[in-house]
Amino acid sequence: MREISLHILDVAENGITAGASCIQIVVEEARAENVLKIVIRDNGRGISSEKIDRITDPFVTTRTTRRVGLGLSLLEAAARRCDGEAKIESEPGAGTEVTAVFRYNHIDRAPIGDMAGSITTLIAGNPDVDFIYDHSVDDRHFGMDTREIRKELEDSFLADPAVIYHLAQTIRKHLNRLDQGQMNSEMGEEGNGKIDDRRS
Amino acid sequence: MAKLTIEDLKRIKEKTAKKISVRDGTATAKITVHMGTCGIAAGAREVMGVLMEELTNSGRDDIRVVNSGCIGMCSSEPNVTVEIEGGEPIVYQLINSNKMRQIFKRHVLQGEIQTDFALAKI
Repeated sequence: MREISLHILDVAENGITAGASCIQIVVEEARAENVLKIVIRDNGRGISSEKIDRITDPFVTTRTTRRVGLGLSLLEAAARRCDGEAKIESEPGAGTEVTAVFRYNHIDRAPIGDMAGSITTLIAGNPDVDFIYDHSVDDRHFGMDTREIRKELEDSFLADPAVIYHLAQTIRKHLNRLDQGQMNSEMGEEGNGKIDDRRS
Repeated sequence: MAKLTIEDLKRIKEKTAKKISVRDGTATAKITVHMGTCGIAAGAREVMGVLMEELTNSGRDDIRVVNSGCIGMCSSEPNVTVEIEGGEPIVYQLINSNKMRQIFKRHVLQGEIQTDFALAKI
């Protein structure tokens, strides 16, 4: 995986395959502490305890259930390569939580990449699933919650591809501000060119 | 804490101006982007982005795009399956942005199966 955001997309898709109706994604860039932490939490069917011990082993895991395979192995390998670790906790019937920690400035750490692309891909491709996304850089935060969007606007709003396209642009702009350290300022007019999404 | 605000959403809504149609039950075409680990690593997310753009430009509201998992042909990812009402589902292989645009314009909109990119019909 060339980007951390692709790992996140992959793990989130696992949760959807496991029947989750809501996925929470947390990205914490603690630059001051030199730590990058990502958490993907789902309310899917969970993983049994005998399986979870072997879940990051690509050769032991089987392809008959989609909870397993290469995805988590790759994430764990990526985290370990960067002096970090991956942790998978699950309760059958209640859901799964995947956490990965990386040394932020490790030379092997992949860029976070296009988080807006991953989030909007998830929203567009899984209209029945809700997504909560929180991203922080040190003490600055950005958050969104599709449950709130659905509450404020009609349900079909998020099903419109034009909305998805503009949503991606808007999230990119917010994340860019987060990255640059502009605090919670009012969003300006959109459409002033492309924003570089190859962040950090 | 910065949030995706209602103002952001309203701005998006104004931009998309045209009335948002309800996408229930009326789909005449379904496009599935396979999003297993293999597909994602091979570029399925970018393909999805292109699809959203083409769909927006087409103005059609009867085409549904969904994600699904790996279909077991990881070496030919990104795979995209196009299913037009009344036709056989066609699995396309090794899709990139340009191929996706061509498939959308020719197959999805005009019904011409792009056999050069096809892996199989199912």
